[in-house]
Amino acid sequence: MKSGTIYDLGAPGRRAASLPPLTEPEQKILSLIPAEVRREEPPWLPEVSQPELVRHYLRLARLNYGVDSGFYPLGSCTMKYNPKLNEGLARLPGFAGLHPLLPEEEVQGALAVLWELSEYLKGIAGMPGISLQPAAGAHGELTGMLLFKRYFQDRGELERRVKILLPDSAHGTNPASAAMVGFRVVSIPSNERGTVDLQALEAALGEDVAGIMLTVPNTLGIFEEEILEVTELVHEAGGLCYFDGANLNAYLGRARPGDMGADVFHFNLHKTFSTPHGGGGPGAGPVTVSEPLVPYLPVPQVVKEGERFRLDYDRPKSIGRVHPYYGNFLVLVRALAYILTLGDEGLREVSVGAVLAANYLKEKLKKTYKLPYDRLCKHEFVLSGEGLGEVRTLDIAKRLIDYGFHPPTIYFPLIVKEALMIEPTETEPKEVLDAFAAAMERIAEEARREPRLLKEAPHAAPVRRLDEARAARQPVLRLPRP
Amino acid sequence: MIPKDLKYTKDHEWVKPEDGKVRVGITHHAQKELGDIVFVELPQVGKKVSKGELVATVESVKAVGEVYAPASGEVMEVNSALESSPELVNKDPYGEGWIFLLKVTAPGELEDLLDAAGYAALVEGQG
Repeated sequence: MKSGTIYDLGAPGRRAASLPPLTEPEQKILSLIPAEVRREEPPWLPEVSQPELVRHYLRLARLNYGVDSGFYPLGSCTMKYNPKLNEGLARLPGFAGLHPLLPEEEVQGALAVLWELSEYLKGIAGMPGISLQPAAGAHGELTGMLLFKRYFQDRGELERRVKILLPDSAHGTNPASAAMVGFRVVSIPSNERGTVDLQALEAALGEDVAGIMLTVPNTLGIFEEEILEVTELVHEAGGLCYFDGANLNAYLGRARPGDMGADVFHFNLHKTFSTPHGGGGPGAGPVTVSEPLVPYLPVPQVVKEGERFRLDYDRPKSIGRVHPYYGNFLVLVRALAYILTLGDEGLREVSVGAVLAANYLKEKLKKTYKLPYDRLCKHEFVLSGEGLGEVRTLDIAKRLIDYGFHPPTIYFPLIVKEALMIEPTETEPKEVLDAFAAAMERIAEEARREPRLLKEAPHAAPVRRLDEARAARQPVLRLPRP
Repeated sequence: MIPKDLKYTKDHEWVKPEDGKVRVGITHHAQKELGDIVFVELPQVGKKVSKGELVATVESVKAVGEVYAPASGEVMEVNSALESSPELVNKDPYGEGWIFLLKVTAPGELEDLLDAAGYAALVEGQG
C-alpha cells in the first residue's frame, strides 16, 4: 500500500514492541478506571509491526520538502537555513531534560540562558523591557495588544481609545490580534510608493485611537521611510506604536525599532534567529517594550542579583502569564546559540545578505514578470502573475514544484493582484538564486507556449493538483472508521 | 456579465430593489477575482445596520471578501443555502448566490449606487 495511512497497514494483534512479563500481579485495567470516564467502545488504534511502522513514517518523511531539501522562498516567512550546531546544543541533556518546576537554585544555567538572550534581544531592539513567553508572532501581537489595553486601562483611557489603525500593507494576523483583544480595526491606505499615506494617517488619528500596528518593512518589502513621522504623529495623538518584527531580517543590526518609536516590538525567533519553523516548530515570538509599558509585562521576569538569577513574580501591574512556564525554552536556547555563534558582525551581515539576495532576484525577475512597486526593496519583493494570458499565479506556483522549488507566498499582500511574494534569505548561494530565476523564466515562457503545462501542474510531485476548494468546503478532519 | 437591471456599489456588490427592500450579492467580477468560494458568513436576521457597515464575509481559497450594507436598514432574510453550498456564489452570483435581503430605512442612501454602465467603467478602470 503506497499512499495509505497507517491504518491500511498491519493486522489485528500485530505489535511493534514486545514487553517483558509483569513482576507485579496483573490487575484488570478496567477495574482501575471508573465507569463514567470510560469510552463506550475501545479506541481504533493501528496494529503494526516495527518495520511497518518505521517504513511508513520514513516514507512520509521522504515526501516532505523543507529548507534542508531545497530553496524555500516563502515571502514573509524567512525560511532560512537552521544551523545544526544549534540543534545539538538544544539537545544537551542539561537543557532537554529539565523539568519546569525545578527549584531556581538547580536551574541557574537555564535562567542564565533566558537572561542573556533577553539582554541581547533588548539590545537588538533598542528597548528596555522584554518577555520571552509568546510562542509565535501572532501570540506576540496578542500580548502587545493586551499590553496596550492594560496601559490605557491604567490611565483611565480605555473607554474612549477603541481603535487600532492598520496600514493595508501590514501582516494579515495584525488586524485579527487587535480585534481579538476588543479593539476596532481601521485600515489606512498605502500611497503610490507603497508606504503609509501620512495624510490618511493624520485624518484617522484622534482621541479614540489606541495606536497603530506597523509592519516594518511592510509586506511589499518596502521600508517605511517616514517611520519617524508616523510614530511621532501617533504619539502626539496619545497612541502607542506596535511594530511587527516578522521582517527584522531586513535590518537586523542596522537599525533599532526602539529608535524608530516602537512601544512594543515582537521578534520571530523562528524567522530571524533561525530556529525551526513551520510544522517543525514550535516558534517563539518574544516582545520587547518601551519604558512606559515595562510594568505591564507578563510574569515571571528573570532578574539577575549579583551572580544569581531569580524568577520575579512580584509585579502587581502585570498582564499575567501568556504561556505556561517561561515560553518555548529549547527554541530560546537555539536562538541564543545563533546570536553567540554569529556575533555582532555576523548578525549585521545577515541583513546585508538578505537584502542583497532579494534585490538581485528582483532585478533578474522584473524582466519577465510584472513588478508593481519597482524600487529598492529590503529582504523580500512582490511580483504579479498578471499578464501571462490565461495563466494565474496559482499555476505558476504549482509549476515551480515541478522544478524542485518550494513556491513563494501567493495572493498576499492583497494590494497586489495575483501576488507572488518572494523572500530568498541570506543563506542561499548565488547559484541557487540563479537556478530559481531560470526556472521562473522558463515558466513564463511555458505560460505563453503551452499554458496547459502550468494549468495541470504539478506533474512531478507525489500528488497532482489538490482540490483546495473542496477540501475547504467539505473538510474531513477524521479518518472514518471502517 | 453585468446585468442592466441591477445597481452596483464600488465594492463590487450588486443591489436589486424589491419594493422597499433590496437584495444584495457580489458581482460576477468579484467572485471571479476571489476564486473558489468556500465559506460565507451570514448576518443574523433582524440585524440593524447602517450604510457601509460590514454585513457578511465571503471567504475563498485565497482571500476574504467583505460585503457591506449599501444603505441603512434591517436584515430581513439571508440566503441560508450558502451555508452548505457556498459555491452558489461562484455559479450564479446574480441569482441563487444572493446573500441577504435588506429592508431599507433610508432610501436616499441608495442614490449614489452605480448603474451597469458606471460599474462596467469601474471594473475596466481597475482591470
